[in-house]
Amino acid sequence: MMDMAYTVHGEAWTLKELFVLPNEYVYWSIQIVMYPFMTGLVAGAFVLSSLYHVFGIKRLKEIARFSLVFSLALLPVAMMPLLLHLSQPLRGFHVMMTPHFTSAIAAFGIVFLTYGSIVVSELWFVYRKHFVLTVMELKAKRDRTSLENLRLNFNKILTLGAMDISEEALEKDHKATKYLAAIGIPVACFLHGYAGFIFGSVKANALWMTPLMPVIFIMSAVVSGIALCILCYVVTQEIRKFMAKRKMSRWGKDPKAPSLEQLQGAEQGGVAIASNYLLYFMIGAVTLEVLDIIFRGYTQVKSWDILGTVIMERKFVSLWIMQFGIGNILPFIMMVMPGRTVRRTVIACILVLFGVFMMRWNIVIGGQAFSLSFAGFMHYQLPIIPQDWETFREGLFGALLVAITPFVLFWGINKVMPVFLDDKGIPSSVGSVPNGAKASPAVD
Amino acid sequence: MKRRDFLKNSIMVIAGASVPLSALQMVDPKEILAQNPDIHWAFLIDTHTCVGCGFCVKACKIENDVPLEANVSRTWVERYVFTKDDRRYIDSPNAALHGYTDPRIDQGIAGMVDIDPENVGKAFFVPKLCNQCLTPPCTQVCPVGATYKTDDGVVLVDKKWCIGCGYCVMACPYAARFFHPVTHVPDKCTFCYHRIHQGLETACVNACPFEARKLCNIRDVNDPVTRIIMTDRVGILKDEFGTRPQAFYIGLATEVR
Repeated sequence: MMDMAYTVHGEAWTLKELFVLPNEYVYWSIQIVMYPFMTGLVAGAFVLSSLYHVFGIKRLKEIARFSLVFSLALLPVAMMPLLLHLSQPLRGFHVMMTPHFTSAIAAFGIVFLTYGSIVVSELWFVYRKHFVLTVMELKAKRDRTSLENLRLNFNKILTLGAMDISEEALEKDHKATKYLAAIGIPVACFLHGYAGFIFGSVKANALWMTPLMPVIFIMSAVVSGIALCILCYVVTQEIRKFMAKRKMSRWGKDPKAPSLEQLQGAEQGGVAIASNYLLYFMIGAVTLEVLDIIFRGYTQVKSWDILGTVIMERKFVSLWIMQFGIGNILPFIMMVMPGRTVRRTVIACILVLFGVFMMRWNIVIGGQAFSLSFAGFMHYQLPIIPQDWETFREGLFGALLVAITPFVLFWGINKVMPVFLDDKGIPSSVGSVPNGAKASPAVD
Repeated sequence: MKRRDFLKNSIMVIAGASVPLSALQMVDPKEILAQNPDIHWAFLIDTHTCVGCGFCVKACKIENDVPLEANVSRTWVERYVFTKDDRRYIDSPNAALHGYTDPRIDQGIAGMVDIDPENVGKAFFVPKLCNQCLTPPCTQVCPVGATYKTDDGVVLVDKKWCIGCGYCVMACPYAARFFHPVTHVPDKCTFCYHRIHQGLETACVNACPFEARKLCNIRDVNDPVTRIIMTDRVGILKDEFGTRPQAFYIGLATEVR
């Protein structure tokens, strides 16, 4: 018991080799790997949706709406790893109370809230018509169940009283969406570039300190965001196709449900163009990452003695084989080879996500793989079976908790803001809206 | 109320309020402290006289409530052994809490290394502690301002406000900070701030049998220790980081990082 009480933070998963200073441990562990990974997904998903809203790339329309909703689901999760990482999580709000602005972390709350409000308001403009239609549909019903009453009131609140869905009003919505998406791009880049700055500005750490870090982070963020959106988009489309084939749920009763061929066409078009953008950003990300390593190897400053050993020997497998080989080069070849299919793109996207995760891992864990004395190494062993609260939150299960949460949230959000709406903005739940209600918003 | 009365009353209220406001400014504690800029704490370490007994580490842990068993310490002593065939070994087992009684070098998971005493070229000890930098990177990165530098030059941690993000631990180039196993927030050497304020020496200076450690007020040119720093050739650790350390070393080797 005495021993347990005095286990130092970091001791449970750090092994020291040769000379490591007494106070050195891997203090930033798996949750700090998850943090840039998750914020990267948020930023990337948003940038993908903005490609449609701002630059008007029409073929991205459906996947754009999808990724916008997904970035909302990811949003609270960007904060989770940070809270799980804090040794005093209940004091987390101090960041908002006494922000100390010389710190790169201090602005997190502000940037995060700014970005969050942009995502939420953009979604509101996109889905306002849907909320209004839902309200009208439910109002038109004579005998509502108590659940439907609840839904009616909930949707009423969501409309914020703006019930006008005339052409002009919707045009205004559309314009607002465009502006918000345009402001959102730099904010999303800032949210993530600034995660890169947190690392890049730690002058004590020879591996982290480079002005390229924020740019590398933004690039890889967009890469991971697009990859995840393609992946989830295809998965949900496959589920829909499966249901269409079997005539399950609404396909059984609703004649207006999209046919199998329609779904297939939409899927291929969206995936093809999104994966092109994925390729462009991947080229940027890999170029910068390799440039950084080449520059360090070429200039050979004092720290290269140990960094060279870490990069070329100790972390060779996780850096060169897992990150660059399996995570970048292999999916790149898979996607540029002629005759690209949706299935091949999906496999490539999984590999890309793995590659970006490994990149975060190699930066966070790799940056702590060597001692500040440059005379020793530290090995990180991810805690798998939790022994106590600390090894849970900074272990495999803590990381999995963070990884699973966005999908649960997405499922919930999708109930309120259905991702798949047809061209008229009528979602599955309002598929059978009475004609009269659609024509005039004043119907009551 | 007439407009004239309103204006009159407003002026009176403002004038009345400004009196206590200016009184508040007069008792600003910062100004009072600034009136006494004569103290700035600094540290001098003589590596020639350190024998690696580890008394300083023990005294520090007891004085500052850092559990003896915990594998972290506010101060520690490093052992450097360079062989004649130019191999370099460094260690600091348990932060040198029990001194260096074992001639073998502790290389962590690489095991213990035996060195032939005939082959030893040079060997020495280097005590380390927080450098109380003039431009500390740790206070710069604290997101809530829970760690700060006092006007007399010591970097402290507010244990009750710190959120435990560990950014300061990562930012320190000297690994002077660690997570305290009881308070669960970063802890560090404070030059025994609670003692030096009362005119006492720090615990480690008190415990050192060979006067390898000395505390001084670097603003006082008559202080004998300050004089050594002014007149002798002293070194600092890792000056490339621009942190301007206030712990000075006599006989610092370039291999010490």
